[in-house]
Amino acid sequence: MGKIIKISGPLIEADNMENTMVGELVRVGNLKLTGEVTLIKNGVASIQVYEETSMLQVGEDVTPTGELLSAYLAPGLLGGVFDGIERPLDKLYGLEGDFLKRGNNIDRLDTTKLWGFVPTKKVGDRVSFGDEIGFVMETKYFAHKIMVPQGVGGKIKSIKSGKFNILDKIAVIEDKNGKNHSVTMLQKWAIKTPRPYLKKHSPDIPLITGQRVIDTLFPIARGGVCAIPGPFGSGKTVVQHQLAKYCDADIIVYVGCGERGNEIVDVINEFSSIIDPKTKESLLNRLVLIANTSNMPVSAREASIYTGVTIAEYFRDMGYNVALMADSTSRYAEALREMSARLEEMPGEEGYPAYLASRLASFYERAGSVENLNKTNGSLTIIGAVSPAGGDLSEPVSQATLRVVKVFFALSSSLAYSRHFPAIDWLQSYSMYSKNLQIWFENNISTEFEKYRTFLLKILQEESNLLEIVRLIGADSLLNKEKLILDTAKIIREDFLYQSAYDDLDAFCNLKKQFRMVEAIYHYYDKLSYAVNNGVGFRELEDLNVKTKFKEMKYIADSKINDFDGILQQIDDEIDAKLDFGGEDEKL
Amino acid sequence: MKSYKTIREITGPLIILDNVEGAHYDEVVQIELKNGSTRHGRVIMVDGDLVIVQLFESNLGLSPTNAKVKFLNKPLTLKLSPEILGRFFNGLGKPIDDAGELFAEKEVDINSSPINPYARDYPSEFIETGISAIDGLNTLVRGQKLPIFSMSGLPSQELTIQIARQSRLKNKDEKFAVVFCAMGITYEEADYYMNNLKGLLDKTVMFVNLASDPAIERLATPKVALTCAEYLAFEMDMNVLVILTDMTNYCEALRELSSAKKEVPGRRGYPGYMYTDLASIYERAGRIKGKKGSITQIPVLTMPEDDKTHPIPDLTGYITEGQIVLSRELYKKNILPMVDVLSSLSRLKEKGMGENKTREDHSGVASSLVSAYSAGVNAKELAQILGEGALSPRDKIYANFATSFEEKFLSQGFYTFRSIEQTLNIGWELLSLLPKEDLKRVKKQYIDKYLKN
Repeated sequence: MGKIIKISGPLIEADNMENTMVGELVRVGNLKLTGEVTLIKNGVASIQVYEETSMLQVGEDVTPTGELLSAYLAPGLLGGVFDGIERPLDKLYGLEGDFLKRGNNIDRLDTTKLWGFVPTKKVGDRVSFGDEIGFVMETKYFAHKIMVPQGVGGKIKSIKSGKFNILDKIAVIEDKNGKNHSVTMLQKWAIKTPRPYLKKHSPDIPLITGQRVIDTLFPIARGGVCAIPGPFGSGKTVVQHQLAKYCDADIIVYVGCGERGNEIVDVINEFSSIIDPKTKESLLNRLVLIANTSNMPVSAREASIYTGVTIAEYFRDMGYNVALMADSTSRYAEALREMSARLEEMPGEEGYPAYLASRLASFYERAGSVENLNKTNGSLTIIGAVSPAGGDLSEPVSQATLRVVKVFFALSSSLAYSRHFPAIDWLQSYSMYSKNLQIWFENNISTEFEKYRTFLLKILQEESNLLEIVRLIGADSLLNKEKLILDTAKIIREDFLYQSAYDDLDAFCNLKKQFRMVEAIYHYYDKLSYAVNNGVGFRELEDLNVKTKFKEMKYIADSKINDFDGILQQIDDEIDAKLDFGGEDEKL
Repeated sequence: MKSYKTIREITGPLIILDNVEGAHYDEVVQIELKNGSTRHGRVIMVDGDLVIVQLFESNLGLSPTNAKVKFLNKPLTLKLSPEILGRFFNGLGKPIDDAGELFAEKEVDINSSPINPYARDYPSEFIETGISAIDGLNTLVRGQKLPIFSMSGLPSQELTIQIARQSRLKNKDEKFAVVFCAMGITYEEADYYMNNLKGLLDKTVMFVNLASDPAIERLATPKVALTCAEYLAFEMDMNVLVILTDMTNYCEALRELSSAKKEVPGRRGYPGYMYTDLASIYERAGRIKGKKGSITQIPVLTMPEDDKTHPIPDLTGYITEGQIVLSRELYKKNILPMVDVLSSLSRLKEKGMGENKTREDHSGVASSLVSAYSAGVNAKELAQILGEGALSPRDKIYANFATSFEEKFLSQGFYTFRSIEQTLNIGWELLSLLPKEDLKRVKKQYIDKYLKN
C-alpha cells in the first residue's frame, strides 16, 4: 500500500508503489477515489485521479487493485447512462441524488438482475476466445451474445440454461491441460487495448443516415471513420444527434466528452421519444451513453473515449453494426494536454503533447468493418466531432484528425448564419468512400446514382465560380445557361440540401426518396438546358409553376413516392409548352 | 488548527511554505499579520511538507517574518440563509452592507459537486424578455446559459438590465430572484447596475469585485455567486437569473495566476485548462428533475478587438447554449438593442418555441426572418460594390426587407416591452414584403392563417 506524497489538482504522487503496474486502477485516499497509474519512478507512482481531489491530504493511503482500468461488458449495458469510467449515472442518481458525490465504487452493471440465458453450444463442443456459447434477449429484439472470454478455450464440460445474474457461472470449459475455467456473462476488458478480430475488410456498405447531404453527396461507410469539425454554433452536435438517431446501425454508443450536461439529457429524451420503425421499441434500447460533461473531472475525459470504444467493439464482436459518436474529440485532446502539462512533459505544438497525433490515430483505427474471431461480420463506425479553437482548422487536433479520417464534414458558420442546416459546406467536405460504395448504390438504388451525385457537385461548384463573377460585375451580364446553373443550384441548396432536424416528415429522408428528389432536379436542369439551347429566354423559364412542387418535395410522404412521376411530367409539360410557343415565335 | 510561520517565498499571488504537516489540497488558509489584519488564500499544491498557497488578496505588506498562516481544514465556503436576499457582498462572499454578518443556516463549499447529468431536466420553458431580437429569434429558456458578447464602447449593461427587469415567466406565481456577480468592473458600471436593480432589491443578491479589488479575488467571485444561486434555486425553489459581468476580467485574472504559477501558456497566453475552468462556472446553470427552481445564466463578456475567435468568446461559445452578439454598426445606426441576429444564436430556441409555449408559427417565422435578413444584408453589400442599379429585382426586395427589418423588428429601445404575439405579428408584417413562393420555411397552413396582404 502506498502513501500520498504530492497533490497537484487531478495528479497525485504516491510512494512505496514499486509493485504497481502502469495503467493499474488504484483507490486513492480515505474517500477511495478512482485513479490510474501513469508512470513509475524510483518507487514513486504518478496517478491520474478520475475524481475531484479537493481536501485530499498528504499521507493518505493509495491501494492498488491489481487490475488494469477496464470496461465491464455484460447484459445490462443497453439503455444505460455511464460516466467516463463506466459508473452508472442513472443508478447514482437514485442512490445519491442530484449532485455527484465522490468515491462511490458501486457495481457498474446490475449484478442482481436475472437474465434468461439460452445456450447455443452443448457439452462436448470445442470453443475458443470470442466464440458464442449462448445469448440473452436483452431487449425484446436484441440478442446479447455471450462469448468466450479471453484466455479461455477448450471443450465445454457443462453449460446451463435458465435465469442467471451476470456473476453466476453459466458454463465450465476444460482447456487442453485439463484445467477447468468457469464462465460468467461478465467480461472485463482493459480499455486501452483494442479487442482483436480476424481480419479487416474494405468498407463497401453505406451507413444510411437519412440526411440528404450525407447519404447522397458525402456517404459514410459502415466501419468507416468520419470527422465533423466546425466552430461553435455551426451545428456539430445537432448533426451528431441526427446521425445517432437515424443511422441504420444496430447499436449506438454516444460519448459526450467534455460537452454540456443538457446535451446528455437531450440525447436521453430524444432517444426515448423516437420509436424504432424496425422493432417498435424506443431508440433508447439501442443506445449506450457515456457522459463526461465539461464540469465533470477532466482526467476522466480520455477514459470516456476508450470506455466507449471498448463497449462498441464488444457489440461489434457479436456480429452487429455499431456506430460510435464522440462529441468532442477536442476536449479529449485538451485533457491530454492538461495532464501532460502537469506531468511536466515537453510540450509539442500549441502545448499539446507530442503523442497527440498517434493517440488520435490509434483511437480512430479501432473502427472498421471486420470478420470477428467467431467468424461473424461486424462493423464499428466512428464519427468524431472536432471543436477547433476559433474555427481555425490549422490547429493540431484538426490536422491530426484529418490525416486519419476518410469522411470530412466541414461545418461552416456562414451557412449557419443564413440558417442553412445541416451547415455542411458542400465545397469543402468530402467522402473518400463514394467510390467503394458505388457498386452498392448501383445494385440497391439505381445505376444512375453516381451520375446524379456528380451532377449535384458539379452544379454547386459552378455556382460558386459564377457567384464570384456576379460579385464583381453583377448578375445581368450572365449568359442564359449560366443563369440556369444559378437557378438550379438554388433549388439544390434550398429544396434538397436544406433539411430541418425539427420537422417530423423531413428529419429522416430515405435513400429512395433522396434519389427521386435528385432525379427531379436533374430532369429540370436537363429539360431547361435543352430549352435554353433552343432559344427560349431564361426570363420565361424563371417562374415555372413546377418550382412550388420542388418546395414541397421534401414533405412528400414515403407512401406517396409516386408523386415524383407527376413532378417529372409537369416539368415536361411546362417546358414543352414554352418550346411550342417559342417555336411559333420564331416562325413569326 | 495548526499555524505556521514558515513562509519561504512570496511571489505575486503565490506564497510557498515549508515544514507543513498534513495540509489538504484546496484547503483555505487564513494569514494573520502582526498588525492584526487577516488575508485569505487557498492551497493549490502540496508536495511532501512544502505547500503552495494562492492568495485571494493583495500581497502588499506580507513578509516571511510578520505573517502566521493558519490552515482552516475546510475549502472556501459561503454562509447561506433565506435572509441572503437583498444583501450585498464582496467577491469572497463577505457582507459589505451595513446589515452585519449573515445569520447562517448552512455553510457550503463554493466548488459544489457537478450536477449528475442524469438528474438534469431539459430547459424548455420560454422566458419572455420582451425583446424581439431575443424572444422572436433567439428564444431564451429557463435554465439556459446565454452569454452576451459585447464590445468595448457598447452599452451592454443596458441590455442586461433590460433582460433582468423585463423577464417574466408564463406562470407568474413562481418566485424569481437575481444574483448579480461583478468581476473587475468599474465603480460607475457597478453603480449603474445597482441603481437599475433597485426595483428588484428584495429579490437581488449582489457579489461585487470592483476593478480596484484584487484581481485574484475575482477567481472566486462567480463560484461564490453560483453557490448562492444554487441555494436559492434548488433549496428555496426560486427561478434565479445570474448575471456574470465581465467574464473577460475573470479570464484575465486566470491568465495572471497561470503565469505566476509558470504554467505552459496556451493560446494568447491563457492557460490550457481555461475551457475546463469556464465550464465549471457555466455548467452550474440548469434545472434539476423534480425541483421547482432553476438557474439561468447571462454571462457578459467583452470581446477583445471585437474578435469572436479570441479565446475568451471562443471557449465560452463552445460551452454555453448560444450567444447574443452585439453589433457596433447597429449601435451607430441607433438600432437599439444592438443585437446582431445573424451571428447570435440560442441553441435551445426550438425547445422554447411552438404551441403552448409561444405560438405554433414561431419556429418557421424566426427561421424565415433570419434567412431573409441574411439574404438582404448580402444584397446590400453587393449594392455597395456595384451600385443599387446592379441589383436584380429580387435582390432589391431583399435589400429593402433588411432595412425594414432593422427599423421595425430590431429597433425597440431599452425600455419597450413587446409581447411575443406583438413580436411575431411584426414578423409577419415584414414577411409580407417578400415574394410568397420564397416562404419555404413556414408551413403553408400558417401562411394562410397569419400572412396579411
